[in-house]
Amino acid sequence: MATTEEIRTQLAELVNDVAGVPVEDVQLDKSFVDDLDVDSLAMVEIIVGCEEKFGVTIPDEDSKNLKTVGDAVAYIENHS
Amino acid sequence: MTTIQARPGSPYARLYSVGSAIPSRVVDNEEMCTYIDSSDEWIQQRTGITERRWIAEGEDAQSLAKKAAESAIERSGLSLDQIDAVIVSTVSQYKQTPAMAPLLAADLGLQDAAAFDIGAACAGFCYGVAQADALVRSGAATHVLVVGVETLSKITDLHDRSTAFLFADGAGAAVVGPSEVNGIGPVEWGSDGYQAEVIDMTADWLTAVEQGVPSYVKMNGQAVFRWATGYIADAAKRTLEAAGITPDQLDCFIPHQANNRITDSMLRHLKLPEKVVVARTIKQLGNTSAASVPIAMDELLSSGQAKSGDTALIIGFGAGLVYAGQVVVLP
Repeated sequence: MATTEEIRTQLAELVNDVAGVPVEDVQLDKSFVDDLDVDSLAMVEIIVGCEEKFGVTIPDEDSKNLKTVGDAVAYIENHS
Repeated sequence: MTTIQARPGSPYARLYSVGSAIPSRVVDNEEMCTYIDSSDEWIQQRTGITERRWIAEGEDAQSLAKKAAESAIERSGLSLDQIDAVIVSTVSQYKQTPAMAPLLAADLGLQDAAAFDIGAACAGFCYGVAQADALVRSGAATHVLVVGVETLSKITDLHDRSTAFLFADGAGAAVVGPSEVNGIGPVEWGSDGYQAEVIDMTADWLTAVEQGVPSYVKMNGQAVFRWATGYIADAAKRTLEAAGITPDQLDCFIPHQANNRITDSMLRHLKLPEKVVVARTIKQLGNTSAASVPIAMDELLSSGQAKSGDTALIIGFGAGLVYAGQVVVLP
């Protein structure tokens, strides 16, 4: 079972790859849209990337609630 | 028992030629923003599109198809009487019957060619190539003209902020014929009608006629993006595997020009080497649905970015939802 920090690190690499956000900026308290400037298409790609990377299924009704990096990490921890 | 004679086919098929036609009217993002509340910057950032082409007075889907087909036939070096089948993929034949293919065949001066339309939206050209390949290898036809043509401007709601800036008009055509070596890899194709509502029409033709309402293409862009960057990116990978081609053996990647952001995402997924030439005609031509792959192929060859004999991955995906991809040797 991956730790919170391991998930955050992997997610940070994904966000960097998709949206060019520096990995060190991808911290738990950061909002994807407001702080990291991730637009809705990039967010979709990050969700698809999370499904692949962490083996979780994130339906649309859940993905819209993933506002911060911490929300996404917690979702992955609870569903993988 | 009576023996029914079979007609032998060719062991393999390949693309003989490609041609395209784009309409004359240029619609840039500035003009687009007179129809929708948007900006050049937003459209470019979200799609990569700076301008698109729409048909003008005197142009229509069939005239574009004819121009693209004439170019492809001329480049194939074949005479008209050698073309014995015509497949047109379009969602822009605005009458139920007859289909566009027999009309186009007559317009081109073909005699007695088998001719039919297929409805596979943005995957239409790749569906057509799959059928042409099968017809040539089965002996059902010898030289097949495959056309993808659209005039989406006629079924786009100019005031729909989610689609108006995307869709455009154009035609592309290819001739497929017999070959001693394989020029068309196995098709990877499929459908997901469970997601049919993701790209749909606002009204079917019957409702449009009976109730006098317009019928436009509508799309859930985020759902399409999710499907394209996930499932279709995987399908592209499977297409390469089916052909036994590794990413470093590939010269060109010609995906349906739906959105540059989808192409970018597929590239990340496929991990193609830098040397692979990637089609980006969407920038100036928008999304021309079934026409986008052959138009992009023609553009890469005409501009010298790609050359005859190069190995290319082509993949189309769209309303249905449907998709099809092949690895082909460029004509």
